[in-house]
Amino acid sequence: MKLTLKIWRQKNAKAKGEIVEYPLDGIEEDMSFLEMLDVLNEGLINKGDLPVSFDHDCREGICGSCSLYINGEAHGPDRGVPTCQLHMRMFKDGDTIYIEPFRAKAFPVIKDLVVDRSAFDRIQHAGGFVSINTSGKPTDANAIPIPKHDADRAFDAATCIGCGACVASCKNSSAMLFVSAKVSQYALLPQGKVEAADRVLNMVAQMDAEGFGNCTNTGACEVECPKGISLENIARMNREYLSASLKG
Amino acid sequence: MAKSALLKSSIAKKVAMALSGLFLILFLAQHFFINSTSVFSPDTFNSISHFMGNNPLVQFVIQPILIVGVIFHFVMGFVLDFKNRSARPINYIKNNGAANSSWASRNMIVSGAVVLAFILLHFYDFWVPEMVYKYVEVNPLNETRYFAELTHKFVSPVRTGIYCVSFLLLSLHLWHGFNSSFQSVGFNNKYSRSLHTLGYAFAIVVPFGFIFIALFHHFNH
Ligand code: HEM
Ligand code: SF4
Ligand code: FES
Repeated sequence: MKLTLKIWRQKNAKAKGEIVEYPLDGIEEDMSFLEMLDVLNEGLINKGDLPVSFDHDCREGICGSCSLYINGEAHGPDRGVPTCQLHMRMFKDGDTIYIEPFRAKAFPVIKDLVVDRSAFDRIQHAGGFVSINTSGKPTDANAIPIPKHDADRAFDAATCIGCGACVASCKNSSAMLFVSAKVSQYALLPQGKVEAADRVLNMVAQMDAEGFGNCTNTGACEVECPKGISLENIARMNREYLSASLKG
Repeated sequence: MAKSALLKSSIAKKVAMALSGLFLILFLAQHFFINSTSVFSPDTFNSISHFMGNNPLVQFVIQPILIVGVIFHFVMGFVLDFKNRSARPINYIKNNGAANSSWASRNMIVSGAVVLAFILLHFYDFWVPEMVYKYVEVNPLNETRYFAELTHKFVSPVRTGIYCVSFLLLSLHLWHGFNSSFQSVGFNNKYSRSLHTLGYAFAIVVPFGFIFIALFHHFNH
């Protein structure tokens, strides 16, 4: 395949970036998108140019490191996969592909396509945990009966990998899908209920402090989320938040 | 948590937006019901209008609440839109919004602004003359003037045209807004599907009903 790449290049956080065009040849359909970028970078390095920086780690859809806004969509045109599981068969010979960093005030660009998503870490630190000491006796947790329905929904919420595609896709740069997944995965389980009220209040306060926008229910996040996190979680977080604020 | 923090939070604003929107939907539904009587029976239309225009509860309690509700809704709408835009200071060069969301959901501020312009015109057309008639000039009661006043406004093709376009945008506003407001207040469960159908039906039936009424009087004058 022959491609024209239009990639956002930016030296550092302060520099003014720009789109740079790169023609690229010899790409196979069964390459992954990131392998395609590896090929580009090899060529750049051989020419003595700086390679394009982008985030990645596991390359198998579990770590949440990869990002990229590809042809106007977070994680590109495929559904239910992050960028590392996107394949070149989704594109055609002769295509022009725009590659931009995730954009949000709360996700500043560090270099090229790499953005700082530590705002998510700070939201997690504000309440995304259960304060239980490990006793070394896992039977304790197993002894608490949990209805299958709740366990399934908690697990679905817990599959969020914290990639930030929800923020990147949202016209308001809202982090509600991510935060609601984290709030839900605990609120649905008995172990998480104890701290549920503090958790939702603190995590939402941190979310607001980080400068994310407000949800207007466009649903873009749910469509682009590589893990199919449902909008039901946002409704649950709204309920949790309202009842927590009214209680105290 | 301090109550002031609650009022500043993103979710509280979202819920307030939803409640004001739902309130406006109720208002719209009753307004639609009253206007639709003008098609079937001018007498019914006159007597309901007379009741609404002279009942102290409607005039001095419900009407002010409605005005505050409208102002709250659009001021909050502009504030949220401004804040949400500033949450992304650098925009994408290529963005494919249509891939993941409806035009109506992404352009609530556009449909809202057109509806606002219409509400202002509507105030100038009906509400201001009504207030002058009743409370400034203090004219004697006339229980049968309403139907003629209504049809008179729809003589002009320009007015009727503006009216129709505004309601098209109201339809888009409600296409997203009706269901969005339930999600905002945390209502998302096994009944949501049926509710969504109801929401889409409302977003079509009511605005297009208003359009029908306008065209009906325009062509039957
Ligand atoms: C009869 C008139 C109107 C009705 C029935 C109505 C109804 C609604 C409803 C139900 C929502 C959804 C709330 C939610 O998502 O929770 C909404 C949102 C919105 N409305 Fe209106 N509206 C009206 C007029 C206006 C006007 C005049 C404006 C002026 C700008 C406006 C601007 C907005 C905006 C920007 C939103 C999206 C805000 C958000 O979701 O956070 N609306 N409206
Ligand atoms: S909710 Fe989905 S899109 Fe958002 S961070 Fe989690 S996995 Fe990524
Ligand atoms: S690199 Fe780990 S999820 Fe994509």
